[in-house]
Amino acid sequence: MEFFIQQLINAFSLGSMYALIAIGYTMVYGVLRLINFAHGDFMMVGAFLVYLFIALLNLNFFVAVGFSIVLTALIGVLSYKVAYKPLLDKDAPKISLLITAIGISFFLESLFNLLSNQLVGENTLAFMAPSFFSNRIEIGGVGFSVLNAIVPVLTLLILGGVLFILYKTKIGIAIRALAFDISTVKLMGIDSNKIIAFVFALGASLAAVGGILYAIAYPSISPYMGLMIGLKAFAAAVVGGIGSVTGAVIGGFILGIVEILIPGFFPSLGGYKDAFAFILLIFVLLFKPTGIMGIDFEKKRF
Amino acid sequence: MSAKKYFSLIALITVLYVAFLFLTNASLDFYTITVLSNIYIFVILAVSYNLINGVTGQFSLEPNGFVAIGAYVTALLILTPGEKLDAFTLAKPLDFIAAIHIGNPYLVLVISGVVSSLVALTLAFPVFRVRGDYLAIVTLGFGLIIRFILINNPQISNGSSGISGIDDFANYIMVGVVALITVILVYNIVYSKFGRAMKAVRDDEDAALAMGVDTMKIKTLAFVSSAFFEGMAGGLLASSIGSISPDQFSFMLTFQLLVIIVLGGLGSISGSIIATFLVMGGMEILRVLDDRNFEFLGLHGVPGLRMVVFSVLLIVIMIFARRGLLGDKEIWELKK
Repeated sequence: MEFFIQQLINAFSLGSMYALIAIGYTMVYGVLRLINFAHGDFMMVGAFLVYLFIALLNLNFFVAVGFSIVLTALIGVLSYKVAYKPLLDKDAPKISLLITAIGISFFLESLFNLLSNQLVGENTLAFMAPSFFSNRIEIGGVGFSVLNAIVPVLTLLILGGVLFILYKTKIGIAIRALAFDISTVKLMGIDSNKIIAFVFALGASLAAVGGILYAIAYPSISPYMGLMIGLKAFAAAVVGGIGSVTGAVIGGFILGIVEILIPGFFPSLGGYKDAFAFILLIFVLLFKPTGIMGIDFEKKRF
Repeated sequence: MSAKKYFSLIALITVLYVAFLFLTNASLDFYTITVLSNIYIFVILAVSYNLINGVTGQFSLEPNGFVAIGAYVTALLILTPGEKLDAFTLAKPLDFIAAIHIGNPYLVLVISGVVSSLVALTLAFPVFRVRGDYLAIVTLGFGLIIRFILINNPQISNGSSGISGIDDFANYIMVGVVALITVILVYNIVYSKFGRAMKAVRDDEDAALAMGVDTMKIKTLAFVSSAFFEGMAGGLLASSIGSISPDQFSFMLTFQLLVIIVLGGLGSISGSIIATFLVMGGMEILRVLDDRNFEFLGLHGVPGLRMVVFSVLLIVIMIFARRGLLGDKEIWELKK
């Protein structure tokens, strides 16, 4: 029983990181109907910037985290302005947009590969986080680290914040209107560019938070880490129901539980850990394609 | 064009092309020949990938999975039982795996293609229940799952170490000829009754369904034939490189192909061929950027710079040439 609870706490902690990244996927998909393939790399950028700020400028950890989140948000907005907006303006085919998205993803990966090779001398770095994150707490025989206790709570707080923005503020109403019908929103005189840029900034900064937390929990970071985690987070977003922020968090938690509990009870399946997300995704698409909380965006999907 | 005229045109192209192959084989240096053979293999991949992605309009990201299957089938068939015992360093191969051996490289290539297309056939049912972006993610997941299976079953695939010492039967001439055959076959598929149905599915799936096109069957057909050529190209790749490992068949491979077919123009066979030469040749030329001795305007090459420049070029090209070089036309149709 203790083993089970311990695994469950780990699962929620891992799931939270997926959830934070999935929120950005789901929001960008909501407004643009675009899988932002570069989104997974924003989490890598977040973690790398913290490392570089500490290693090169000797900044305090929390100051570095703050700078990193802001800078990642800027990179997110920039990627929209440079790579997506010109194509959206000219009504380019969707596949071109997907390719520029993958192009941005490769650009960020190879840029940070180059940067870390040049500045630090190697591309796989050991992330240094304050030691108190790994302090262990023990309650009734169940031991877990401070980090694993903080992360799910933080994620739920962030979810509350995002929901507040979406449902109680003016910009949130605009985002939801944009997700509903982009051309009508433009006719109503709303500057859709500004709103989309805001969505990218919000998504990228949450991905940075997720990436930093991931780096604290699994302290080996590489420029290519974002690809796999990003894809899994996307799977989580689809499982939860693409377009729904709450769904993204639920999907993230489900993925975390699947990834931790199955190898926990069937150790022989451990090598396939990374494949679970896609098997789960295929099952969801086959049986409930709108996901758990999903909105049926495209009736044409079937 | 009458059938007679058409066959004489194909015969003429074949003769000229084979003459070109022998001429270049005799006159060019080893490095250029290697690069060119690699380009021919990518022509096979690009043209067959274009069949599912460009002609049928299904945004599928599967090629790396099928290329991997083809490469491993070829490697396991062409190695003799004795060679396999040496090649498997991580685990003893299964008795069945160790025993199978076929010496004829052409037969091996065809079997690789057939195995790939059988996998495609079983996959088509769940995969084509979804469309668009979802199809992309499911097929991307398929490629990753193939990779995990290869890594986690060392008794079949020698795990992450891969298999080396594969017989070098895929020489320049053979690769070139297989590329030509593939292009001719794919061209004939595209301009057949099935090809027209594929284009109908791409342009409007619901309308095609209403007109009596069995869209599921057409998509499966495109998927299976594209998997056949991808499996064969995988076999050629395995043989020309000599060693294979799961990491060679990552998403990067699919991405390269995607760039090629979109740059050439989705649905255009000649566009895919031209773009293969541009992209693969360009990647080779950009290699100087990784060289520390390279100097341009006082700037030195830095390892890793090549991929940065490649991705920037890619984004710029996509922004300015949104429908690719040729659109969905062939090069001889451009004037029309």
